[in-house]
Amino acid sequence: MSKGEIVAGCLAPHPPHLVYAENPPQNEPIAEGGWEQLRWGYERLRESLAGVDYDAIVLLSPHWQTYVGTHFLGLPKFKNLSVDPVFPNLFRYHYDLDIDVELAQQIHDRAADAGLAVTMMKNPDFRVDYGAITTGHMFNPSWDKPLVVISSNRSRDYYSVEVMQEMMIELGRVTREAILASGKKVVVIASNSLSHRHFTTESAIPEDMSKEHITSHAMHLWDMRMIEYFRTGQAQRILDEMPEFTEQAIAESDGGGLSWLLSTLDVPTYPGILHGYGTIIGTGNAIVEWPARNHKEASE
Amino acid sequence: MSDGELIGSYIVPVHPHTVLAPEQNEGWGRLRAAYDAAAQRIKESEADLLIIYSTTWPSIIGHQIIADPNPEWVMVDHDFHELGSIPYSFNIDEKFAHAWNEANEKRGLKSRTVAYHGFPIDVGSVVALKLLNPDNAIPAVIVSSNVYANRAETTVLSKACMDVVKATGRKAVAITAMSLSNRMFTKPIEPKDDRIHSLKDDEWNRKILELLGEGRLEDVGQLSRTIHRQIRVNKVVAFKPMWWLSGMNSNRNNLTGEVLAYEALHGAGGAVVHLDPTPSGAGDIEYDEDDVEYFAGERNVLDGDQSENQYIESLSEESPVEVPQKNGPALWEPTESKDSVNSEAAPKPVGAYPHARRVGDLLYLSGVGPRQPGTNAIPGGPIHDKDGKPLNYDIKAQTQAVVDNITRILEEAGGTIDDVLDVTSFLVDMDRDFQGYNEVWAETLGQVGPTRTTLAVRALPTPIAVEMKVIAKAPKTE
Ligand SMILES: [Fe+2]
Repeated sequence: MSKGEIVAGCLAPHPPHLVYAENPPQNEPIAEGGWEQLRWGYERLRESLAGVDYDAIVLLSPHWQTYVGTHFLGLPKFKNLSVDPVFPNLFRYHYDLDIDVELAQQIHDRAADAGLAVTMMKNPDFRVDYGAITTGHMFNPSWDKPLVVISSNRSRDYYSVEVMQEMMIELGRVTREAILASGKKVVVIASNSLSHRHFTTESAIPEDMSKEHITSHAMHLWDMRMIEYFRTGQAQRILDEMPEFTEQAIAESDGGGLSWLLSTLDVPTYPGILHGYGTIIGTGNAIVEWPARNHKEASE
Repeated sequence: MSDGELIGSYIVPVHPHTVLAPEQNEGWGRLRAAYDAAAQRIKESEADLLIIYSTTWPSIIGHQIIADPNPEWVMVDHDFHELGSIPYSFNIDEKFAHAWNEANEKRGLKSRTVAYHGFPIDVGSVVALKLLNPDNAIPAVIVSSNVYANRAETTVLSKACMDVVKATGRKAVAITAMSLSNRMFTKPIEPKDDRIHSLKDDEWNRKILELLGEGRLEDVGQLSRTIHRQIRVNKVVAFKPMWWLSGMNSNRNNLTGEVLAYEALHGAGGAVVHLDPTPSGAGDIEYDEDDVEYFAGERNVLDGDQSENQYIESLSEESPVEVPQKNGPALWEPTESKDSVNSEAAPKPVGAYPHARRVGDLLYLSGVGPRQPGTNAIPGGPIHDKDGKPLNYDIKAQTQAVVDNITRILEEAGGTIDDVLDVTSFLVDMDRDFQGYNEVWAETLGQVGPTRTTLAVRALPTPIAVEMKVIAKAPKTE
């Protein structure tokens, strides 16, 4: 069997507004567009990977929040209606997704060997969270690649950003090992926003872009600082500054996705490609790709 | 119709063990037995409405209220999916949900109802309704827990709810679905090994239950922030349900409390507590927090003109609030005489005069301001605090409230807003407010077409920015 490979790592945020604005047939509400900067960013990300061959997508979603360890979707198929409990007016999506249970199990087993608390989720009635679905749709609207979906362990809430990050770096390391051992070509995705202070009001037309802006200058500065690190291959600095970033920007990286992603990529020293940045009800969102396939020396 | 009231309150645990696995652990079984006992008490109390505030349904855009008359789906817990699935089909009081939503908006809260097929009712609400209302005999409403709401906002939420309970003559039961300490074990455990996560959590839980057992709900409300810091994982929803529940009970400290059970659920503290409104005979009210009637917090965030100061203000524990009873002159009962027209639905006068007086075919109204009947709150906020310090206020909300009050008085007289013939308006700040006042006018009285005169005055008797003097056609007497 040939060696497995991470062909790309992506930061691919999941506000349901993006799916809403795209008007796909699976989603019930209808929008008059909106958030184009980010949707064009997703388009560029898809184009960038159009010619790249891969077998599966491994995704960590901050909206499957688990307190008892880390969980993996553990059945081959999930089909249901996902309604966002926070923005039900925007997101009521009929999904039908395939899981690469074999790869999920392999990552699960290695994590268990490393001493992490892990569980395979095998209840067929389980509803997949809107975060995983939004990112899954925006990244691959044809849904023609199987997914591995990993829950967000809320260790940050229990302990601290530092402990969360230690655990997520370990989970990233075993994820990487499992992928390399699987013989599969894989895209790894962290599904989270950057700064994450929301407006507490919504305009009458949610997609009214005249109302969309970052919630404060401080949030903007933090987002730009992180993006600068993304673009200049300074992943280690992101990890180093994660505690301050997470606390001061109320960042959604608190769910561990970004730390896990950078760890699966072996903390890249090559630049990430910024495909888009924009705000969604005041939160900062960046779409970034680390083209690991072009940096094999870094991944071996 | 007699006034509605809150006839009981219950605090109940959120995790699905009590529904799916009560036989696997003795403590879980005792919690289930307590749940069943609470259900029996509710049934015997002849309650006709269950109101659930759940910490497992966070919201961001204001407050959300379930308004689907029959939500049905299958609930699976994010952590405890191995215990199984909970199919549900609930009986929701759609009309109450809409009325509460409107009451929230009247009190300055951002609010909306939710009635979408397949909406995921949260685990706490599903468990509470399954066990407290097993045959769906009593209609229910469910409200979300806003992640950004502070105590002021949460108190106003409870007051809006009680406005509707009272107005609709309901016998309501308030339920908070919540954990006490909410630290769980971070690894799977054998059911027999369950216990409270730490000794410190157990000690705090017992202290909370001691207070609740003595009926001292408001004391727990005031300790809420401390409790959150001591025994709660650092989640945004905080220990808010005690603020809401205390507000629902008029911030009392002399309820009759009883702890029906206290056990561990995967390390978290789960309790079933009953609080009866019957005075315990002990404990005075020691409510010294701001008794807010109207939420005047973050409102203009979408306008793009917020300063850094406003942003910091919105993050601080308490937003600027008003205490209308202490801000302005004393209130009078409207005078009664032949031909006077007075309305319970209009704000109390600030002197000896009626709301309106009929003379022949005409109805003369006393000057009408925006104060809210009953609560005396000022929609859009007062123009200054009780020390005279100017406050930012919303002229449009005030003007709309004036029009609403005029409508109520005319309806009391048997007429409608369409009867208005002539209006004299008084503004305390013509430069600042004329435009906003004029916009609301155009959408309301402007459609009716009375003559109008607008004057600037130095002050009005209460901290309001607008008042209108109205002459209307008197409705025909039979
Ligand atoms: Fe999110």
